[in-house]
Amino acid sequence: MITVENIKKKFGKLVVLNGIDLTLKKGECIALIGPNGCGKTTLMKIILGMVMADSGSILVNNESITKSELYKQHIGYMPQIGRYPQNMTIGQIIDMVKGIRNEKKPLDEELYKAYELDKLLDKKMSTLSGGTMQKVSAVLSFLFNPSILILDEPTAGLDPIAAEILKQKIIKEKGNGKLIIITSHLLSELDDMVSEIIFMQEGNIIFHQAVSALKESTQTAKISSAILQILKNK
Amino acid sequence: MGRIFKYVMLDILKNKFVIAYMVMMSLVAWSAFTLEDNSAKGMLTLLNLILLTVPLVSVLFSAIYIYNSSEFIELLVSHPIKRSKIWLSLYWGLCGSLATAFIIGAGIPLLLFAEFTISLLMLVVGILITVIFVSLALLSTIIYRDKAKGIGLTILIWIYFALLFDGILLFLMFQFADYPIEKPMVLMTALSPLDLSRILLLLQLDSTAIMGYTGAIFRNFFGNTVGMSISFTLLILWSTIPFLVSLKKFKKKDL
Repeated sequence: MITVENIKKKFGKLVVLNGIDLTLKKGECIALIGPNGCGKTTLMKIILGMVMADSGSILVNNESITKSELYKQHIGYMPQIGRYPQNMTIGQIIDMVKGIRNEKKPLDEELYKAYELDKLLDKKMSTLSGGTMQKVSAVLSFLFNPSILILDEPTAGLDPIAAEILKQKIIKEKGNGKLIIITSHLLSELDDMVSEIIFMQEGNIIFHQAVSALKESTQTAKISSAILQILKNK
Repeated sequence: MGRIFKYVMLDILKNKFVIAYMVMMSLVAWSAFTLEDNSAKGMLTLLNLILLTVPLVSVLFSAIYIYNSSEFIELLVSHPIKRSKIWLSLYWGLCGSLATAFIIGAGIPLLLFAEFTISLLMLVVGILITVIFVSLALLSTIIYRDKAKGIGLTILIWIYFALLFDGILLFLMFQFADYPIEKPMVLMTALSPLDLSRILLLLQLDSTAIMGYTGAIFRNFFGNTVGMSISFTLLILWSTIPFLVSLKKFKKKDL
């Protein structure tokens, strides 16, 4: 579904991505992990067309992303920090995004209902807590039933119940054959969701492995301990 | 695109700062007309106040709004919509709401106290200045990623056009007083949207005595009608070119 070929990106003199190659397929749930400043967010932003790569190409459903922005209708994105114009209400934001997407397909209102946003539609964004804003971002990313989901630290800032609802939703959508890309620093909560791990460091991919293979090769039961072991052995 | 424009405009019109701006414009206009004994004098007072405040509010507010919307812009870019449409919606949203605030604030007293054609021209000039400085603000936010630097640049832009430019002009006039400098002076005037607006309005008011040096030259040079249409055209250029440059850069910008 997504093919990344030799993507390079520099910010000034700083090399952020140093020739990334990736192939991501349907039904996979991928955790993109690595230390701060390793290029995870930049890679996601390049896939979303927010940052322009210096060289290399990205294909989404076999179409180059530089040709047209229509490929984004297959993608749902949940930012790490969702900040919206102060005086807009939740209802207005949702209505606006519906207008941009302009899709005829039925909407996926499962999260919208689970988070009871219908009671908050008239609330201004300036009055919302960080967690509620994250709920709005989560609802927007799943609302249009996209086949690819890109989630940047999805559970950070959510209360435990909301985080659990989101995790169950992610697992369900993985079962529906969607491609899900998650970045997270909370390795412990990835265990029941992800099927593959991509570990990045200083703009390079250190390894890209299935979780089962990773656990087997390191003889561990948890993702966090498996990764620690790999890092120690280097 | 229509919906982004609509909601951005509503968002800005509900902003406390913009409401305060509207009230302030209204107070300024009322007091300009009630303090002066004839409406032509009131008009001139109002013109000078508009030439100072409207650019400052437009350029500063727009830059701050764009910087505060950076995450919102990212969110919009992640949806299937062209970048140019996002930038255009923001531009029109800012222009639309600030111009509305200006029209409501200054428009009512203008229509009550002054002649209809001249007050209409004053409103047009105010709207043009708003649009010009919104587009300069958008350009500044593209030039600097950093909020502090970008806002600093907008303040410099305002100081330059509202205060420094006339001083520079005066300085050049004295320095080169022995030469035939009419033509270069007319050209220099085209470099300042605020001077152009002043000339546009004074040509209509027909008060040569207070027109100043450049205004008088403009009139001798082009005559009233041609002078007005030239300054009007130049103002339109001022409102579009900075925006078009920023649009071109926004399409390639890393967010």
